[in-house]
Amino acid sequence: MSTTSHEATGSDTPTVKMITGTIDGTDVTVPEGTMIIRAAELMGVEVPRFCDHPLLDPVAACRACLVEVEGMPKPQPSCAVPLGDGMTVQTQLTSEVADTAQKGVMEFLLINHPLDCPVCDKGGECPLQNQAMSVGRPESRFTGQKREFPKPINVSSEILLDRERCVSCARCTRFAEQIAGDPFIALLERGAQQQVGTGEEPFDSYFSGNTIQICPVGALTSEEYRFRSRPFDLVSVPTTCEHCASGCSMRTDYRHENVMRRQSGDDPEVNEEWNCDKGRFAFPYLQLERLATPLVRENGQLRRASWPEALRIAADGLAAARGRTSVLTGGRLTMEDAYAYARFARVGLGTDDIDLRARAASDEETDFLSGEVAGSCGPVYRELESAPAVLLAALEPEEESPIIYLRLRKAARAGTKVFSLGPFASQGLEKMAGSLVECVPGDLATQLDQLDDETAAALSQPGAVILLGERAATEPGAFAAMSRLVQRTGAEWAWVPRRAGERGAIDAGCLPGLLPGGRPLTDETARQEIASLWGIDPDELPATAGRSLAATVAQIHADAKAASEAGEEEEFSPELAALLVAGVEPDDIPNADQFLTALDSVPFLVSLETRPSEVTARADVVLPVAVVTEKSGAFVTWEGRRRPFGTVMPQPTSFTDAVVLALLSDYMDLATPPREVDDLRTELGNLGAWQGSRVSPADVPAGSAQQPGSGEAVLASWRYLLDLGTMQEGEPHLAGTRKPAVVRISAATAAANGVEAGSRVRVSTDTGAITLPVELTEMAENVVWLPLNSPDSQVLVSLGALPGDTVRLERGDV
Amino acid sequence: MAELPPALSGFWVTFSTMFKKVNTEQYPEEKDKYPPEPRFHGRHQLNRHPDGLEKCIGCELCAWACPADAILVQGADNSTDQRFSPGERYGRVYQINYLRCIFCGLCIEACPTRALTMTHDYELADNSREKLIYEKEDLLGPLTQNMVSAPHEMVPGTTEKDYYEGKITEATPEQRAEVAARTDEESEAVR
Ligand code: SF4
Ligand code: SF4
Ligand code: SF4
Ligand code: SF4
Ligand code: FES
Repeated sequence: MSTTSHEATGSDTPTVKMITGTIDGTDVTVPEGTMIIRAAELMGVEVPRFCDHPLLDPVAACRACLVEVEGMPKPQPSCAVPLGDGMTVQTQLTSEVADTAQKGVMEFLLINHPLDCPVCDKGGECPLQNQAMSVGRPESRFTGQKREFPKPINVSSEILLDRERCVSCARCTRFAEQIAGDPFIALLERGAQQQVGTGEEPFDSYFSGNTIQICPVGALTSEEYRFRSRPFDLVSVPTTCEHCASGCSMRTDYRHENVMRRQSGDDPEVNEEWNCDKGRFAFPYLQLERLATPLVRENGQLRRASWPEALRIAADGLAAARGRTSVLTGGRLTMEDAYAYARFARVGLGTDDIDLRARAASDEETDFLSGEVAGSCGPVYRELESAPAVLLAALEPEEESPIIYLRLRKAARAGTKVFSLGPFASQGLEKMAGSLVECVPGDLATQLDQLDDETAAALSQPGAVILLGERAATEPGAFAAMSRLVQRTGAEWAWVPRRAGERGAIDAGCLPGLLPGGRPLTDETARQEIASLWGIDPDELPATAGRSLAATVAQIHADAKAASEAGEEEEFSPELAALLVAGVEPDDIPNADQFLTALDSVPFLVSLETRPSEVTARADVVLPVAVVTEKSGAFVTWEGRRRPFGTVMPQPTSFTDAVVLALLSDYMDLATPPREVDDLRTELGNLGAWQGSRVSPADVPAGSAQQPGSGEAVLASWRYLLDLGTMQEGEPHLAGTRKPAVVRISAATAAANGVEAGSRVRVSTDTGAITLPVELTEMAENVVWLPLNSPDSQVLVSLGALPGDTVRLERGDV
Repeated sequence: MAELPPALSGFWVTFSTMFKKVNTEQYPEEKDKYPPEPRFHGRHQLNRHPDGLEKCIGCELCAWACPADAILVQGADNSTDQRFSPGERYGRVYQINYLRCIFCGLCIEACPTRALTMTHDYELADNSREKLIYEKEDLLGPLTQNMVSAPHEMVPGTTEKDYYEGKITEATPEQRAEVAARTDEESEAVR
């Protein structure tokens, strides 16, 4: 993430040799090594195919693509034979031989294919149906008994396999092996009995849904979509995934105002043709109970209210608390909505208390995000692919940003060295053939400073990248240490948040002390620019940086304490008199209890939400807002790439956050801010990134890991991709593919604490305890790892501890 | 012969008609006298297997074939406790909109299971749009003596193939018992 250009990597691309062959009598010039089928595509000739996929290695398994090549005795599979210089190829269009061969193969494939089309989800968009029509025989000459298998079988709780329908193209198995690195499915048996199957383990891969999409027949289907719709019922809208900062391009298919399925879009710059199962299957939450009308509190109870009434109450309450309000936006907003909040906080509420981070955060991180990340554009996916070495710090890509994982795995297969600073080598790291640089939580900064020479040398190669995860916020000194490492090695770097809305909200200015476009609140020129854009006097902007979420919670508690001390007679005026909260999930915040009591005790609470939540339950006014399918906007990927998307299902009765804030402004008698997505986007775009000087992050000394006593260990933890997140609700089949929650400790730590393999371990703090089966892992001593937010393992809620804290460890009851 | 005055000759035409064969069909009093032709395209019917399970598998091919977009189908899974058709899939929602249907019969040609056929019923006039959207209940064929109404299990020991091969001829005592138990429960619940 720097302002230097990224063209350095382009210059050493080897020059490609071009060759010229002839297909169907037309000369075609392509790079050497291009398969005949690709070259034919380039000139508009479509050769039938099943097994061929541009992103998978060729296998020539199905033989549907046979073409005649001059000088070769038999027809050749065009997907696996590269076009040679001077080669003459004839496809089915000009060659009788190719045409007969293709028809023969098709007849062969259909011998054992069941007459399932009416009950098959692929019917209507099936390559086998289509190619049977275009290159098949009108009638079958086969009269025998077809091969039969019991159908369907669950290869995982989400994915179903109808083996009869399989044409043994090995796309799914190649995907699992070559792309995802989860070879839980394979082609078993031979001949007519050949079938896809799993071993002992189910096909619990985070990327399993992709196999459904690339299966050229309906052999793989999902529990979620099975029998729910036909392609011609669906309205398909391209969109961007709202689940994580990988920013996958997606396609949402809906029928009658209900989303039926989501598929990955094709974007070579970002997700190629893949996405993760969370993005694909976790959408039923959109259709769960929604807030239908505004709610207001009357005599302690929430009741339904009209928009004018609710807006009136909210506007009056917020106006009364001008300058004494705090805004918490959560990390799920679109960039445009976040910008509307950034503006409304400063102009409408006269406050700089605004924080997008509903998670563990630190002031050090605030400085870093404002000073270095806001408005910047970092290394992109392609640069990860071409990087000679990548260092992952406080980041587990497979769990926290799956498309980074897929890119890195692709890169690693081509020679990129991946290093990871973490307590143990995760499955993800092993699949990237990465090396672990052992690092106990709390110790990250020190480890970054003391990185061994070999790793540092690898990172010193041009194009090397350091990826810093959002968990770095709990590692004292990590940001400063990374800057030192960047200086030492000259590597590129990027900060990788987990949620889709965080990068956009940072660019939009949803941090204390940070105005839109990376402008520091304290800089005169920046204030001028923003004030003139917003039509106010620079003096009207808050003078000093406001409170973060943690500071807000602390302030509300301090106010409550002061109020109780002041007694009843005295007029007490709290420092913070109101809160405006959007899309914050209390369980994601360290010390959720304190957060909730703060919500209880703050004098006035306005919540903008889509669904009833713990926040809306405590609010004085609840204003319902649109979910992601009902609005347009943009998410920003970890790279800083904007991913605009359009409305999937227009819903005239639901408003975006920006519209609701504009309505509030009206009711507060303020000038109406822009409220349409396009206007907000243009305004933010015209503003551009800040070119002036930035906050320089404070030089926080590098922290080091705590030293646990006997019976104790340092807590390490991160979220699984599929966990208890509220946006995964309503899809039990997806939940069934979650990784099981286990406690990981090293064998020595286990022995020291009387834990044996196969027993259970109790991890506890003064707040509570979590007991889970143990999995002995090769890892640092006196460190205990458990998933952060999985069933039976909600670290923040149950333990009240953060990674890096010391926890007690003992043998659990069996 | 003397010419009749023009007015009278006009009345003569009227008068003479009284002695001609009557062409008027007395609908609806005598409609049975004029049955539709055998291949007449009337209201649709969703047929049942001989034991009462539904033939429709919710494949939507009829909806796909329909040039008037008159049919709406939503398929669903047969589950272990609720089986409507043999095999995996059944038509959960089935509607034909008779304000749109042009009685072309393309849908019945498309149906792979002969679930959808057309009857001779042509009396489809009604006084609201809603009433002219026929639901699955309105379209399902009548239950004969041998059938019991779905949902119920398949004939024990058979597969869907046996149904398509015509090996099932009537509801078995097990199926009858199952449906009877269910109906009892339901009437219990109503009370
Ligand atoms: S299941 Fe589908 S993708 Fe996998 S081998 Fe069979 S046909 Fe190919
Ligand atoms: S990787 Fe992230 S953006 Fe892509 S589908 Fe998964 S959750 Fe969505
Ligand atoms: S008869 Fe024709 S118009 Fe009527 S439902 Fe069938 S296909 Fe549609
Ligand atoms: S009536 Fe026939 S064509 Fe229509 S959904 Fe049912 S089985 Fe399919
Ligand atoms: S597409 Fe070439 S062999 Fe399958």
